[in-house]
Amino acid sequence: MITLHWVYAVAGAMFAAFALLGLGDRTNPRRWTTSAFWALLALSMWGGDWLGDLGNGVLLLGLVALAGLGGMGRGQSALPDAVRRDRADRMGNRLFVIALIIPATALIGTFAFKQAPDWFDGKQATLIALALGVLIASVLGCLWLRASPLEPLQQGRRLMDSVGWAAILPQMLASLGAVFALAGVGDVVGQIVSMAIPQGSLLGAVIAYGLGMALFTMVMGNAFAAFPVMTAAIGLPLLIRTYDGDPAIVCAIGMLAGFSGTLMTPMAANFNLVPAALLDLKDKHGVIKRQVGTAVPLLVVNILLIYWLAFP
Amino acid sequence: MWVLLGIAIIVAGFLLRFHPLLVILASAIVTGLAADLDLLTILAAFGKAFNEARYVSIIWIVLPVVGLLEAYGLQERARGLIAKMRGATVGQFLAGYMLLRQGLAAVGLTSVAGHAQTVRPLVAPIAEAAAEAQAGDLDDDRREEVKAWAAATDNIGLFFGEDIFLAIGSILLIKGLLEQYGISLEPLHLSVWAIPTAIAAFLIHGFRLWRLDRRLKRSAPEDPA
Repeated sequence: MITLHWVYAVAGAMFAAFALLGLGDRTNPRRWTTSAFWALLALSMWGGDWLGDLGNGVLLLGLVALAGLGGMGRGQSALPDAVRRDRADRMGNRLFVIALIIPATALIGTFAFKQAPDWFDGKQATLIALALGVLIASVLGCLWLRASPLEPLQQGRRLMDSVGWAAILPQMLASLGAVFALAGVGDVVGQIVSMAIPQGSLLGAVIAYGLGMALFTMVMGNAFAAFPVMTAAIGLPLLIRTYDGDPAIVCAIGMLAGFSGTLMTPMAANFNLVPAALLDLKDKHGVIKRQVGTAVPLLVVNILLIYWLAFP
Repeated sequence: MWVLLGIAIIVAGFLLRFHPLLVILASAIVTGLAADLDLLTILAAFGKAFNEARYVSIIWIVLPVVGLLEAYGLQERARGLIAKMRGATVGQFLAGYMLLRQGLAAVGLTSVAGHAQTVRPLVAPIAEAAAEAQAGDLDDDRREEVKAWAAATDNIGLFFGEDIFLAIGSILLIKGLLEQYGISLEPLHLSVWAIPTAIAAFLIHGFRLWRLDRRLKRSAPEDPA
C-alpha cells in the first residue's frame, strides 16, 4: 500500500539531490553548511522513524545550529534574462499547462485514492496525490520542454536555497505545539482568557481569537508564529473544546485573520518595507497605509465568518 | 503559570528579530523546564513531534517543477498576461492583476508574480501610466500613492489566494499543529475554507480600487471639448 512513507522517500531523495548539487555551486560562499542542512533534512525524511525520539531531537539541534549560526547561503542565478524570454516565446502557454498538473492531480487524487483503500492510505490521499502530481509534472515537463532530467533538480535547488532555513519554520512551529501541549500551556492560558471573556460569550471568544491572531501577528511580523500561540490560548480550549467549533473552519479562517495583521505591520518587512524600497517610495510605510483599508474590514469579515460558519 | 514564559519568549524573540529557529528552540526548552521536564525529555518530545510533522515540509517537493517552468520562461509568460491588461483604468487594471495573482497563488504558483518579479518591472509602471491617462499629470504624492496601491494589491492577492492551494505552508502548519492535539484533518478540508475570505478580499479591495478610479476622475482637468 502506498502511504506517506513513499512521499517521504521522494522528498528525501529531493533534499539529498539538493545537498549533492549544492556542493558544486561555487558561487555560494556557504555551500558546505547549506548542503549539510539539506542533507540533514534528507536524513529526517528517509530515516526519521529509525532515529528514535532523542535522535530526531539531536537532528533538530543540528538544523537549528546550522541555520542559527548563519550557515545558510545562496549562489548566484546563472540564467540570463534573454534566454528565458526566448524560451518563454517558444514554449508559450504549455508552461501553465504543466503547472496545472500538480493541483489537478492533487485534487483528483484526494477523491480517487479514497476509492482504492487497498492501494492507498486514504487519510493521506492529498499528500500522496501531490507527490504523484509533482512526479508526473517533472517527467512531462522535461520531455515537453526538452530539458535535461537534472534541470528540475538544479532549478529546484536554486529556489530552495533562496528559501533557506525558513523552509522548516512551519514544521518547527507545528512541533513547538507538541511541547506546549505536553507542558499544559493551553490549560493555563485558557483559564486566564476565560476569566477575561464574559462567561458564555461565544462572540466574545471569537473576537478575542481573531483580534488576537491579528495583533500577535503584527507584533511578531509572522502569522505562522502567532498561530500556535493563539491556538493553544483560545482556539483550542475555548472555540473548539468548549463551544464545539469545527476545527477546520476555526483554524483556516483564524490563520487568514492573522494575514490581515501581516498587512498592517512593518515587522513583516519582506511584504511591506522591501517593496516600498523597490519602488523608491519616500514614505516607507506607504504600502502599509494602502493596505489598512482592506485589512481591517477583512478582519471583521473573517471574525464574522468564524462566528457564523464554525459553530453548530 | 511559568509555562507561559515560552509564549513570552516567542513573542519577544520575533519582536526583537532574533533568529526565528533559535527563538522556537528557546521557547520549547523554557516551556518544558517550567513544566518540570528535564532537558533530554524536552529534546525527545520536540524531536518526536518534528518527525511526526515531516509532512509539513513536503510542500517543497513542488520546487523542482516550479524552478523548471521558471527557467523556461513562466514568469515571462505571466508578465505577458499582465501587459495585455494595459489600457484599462488603474482600478480595473489592479483588480485584474489581483484576480490573476489570487488565481496563480491558488494553484500553487506563488513565486511567479511578486514585488521583484512583476510589481516593479510591470504592475507599478502600467498603473502609473493608467493613472496619468485618467487624471492628467500626477503630482509626486499621487504617483507614490499609485505605486503603493500596486504593491498593496500584490500582497493582498497573494495572501488571500495562496491558502486555497492545499499544499502551502500555512495549511500544513494547521494540520500539523492540530495533530499534536489529537485532531486529524485533511488539507483539502482546510483549504476550501479559504475560499469565502478570498472572495471577500477581492470584493473589499476591488471596491476600494473603484473608489480610487473615481477620485482620479474627479481630479482630472476639465476636458476642453
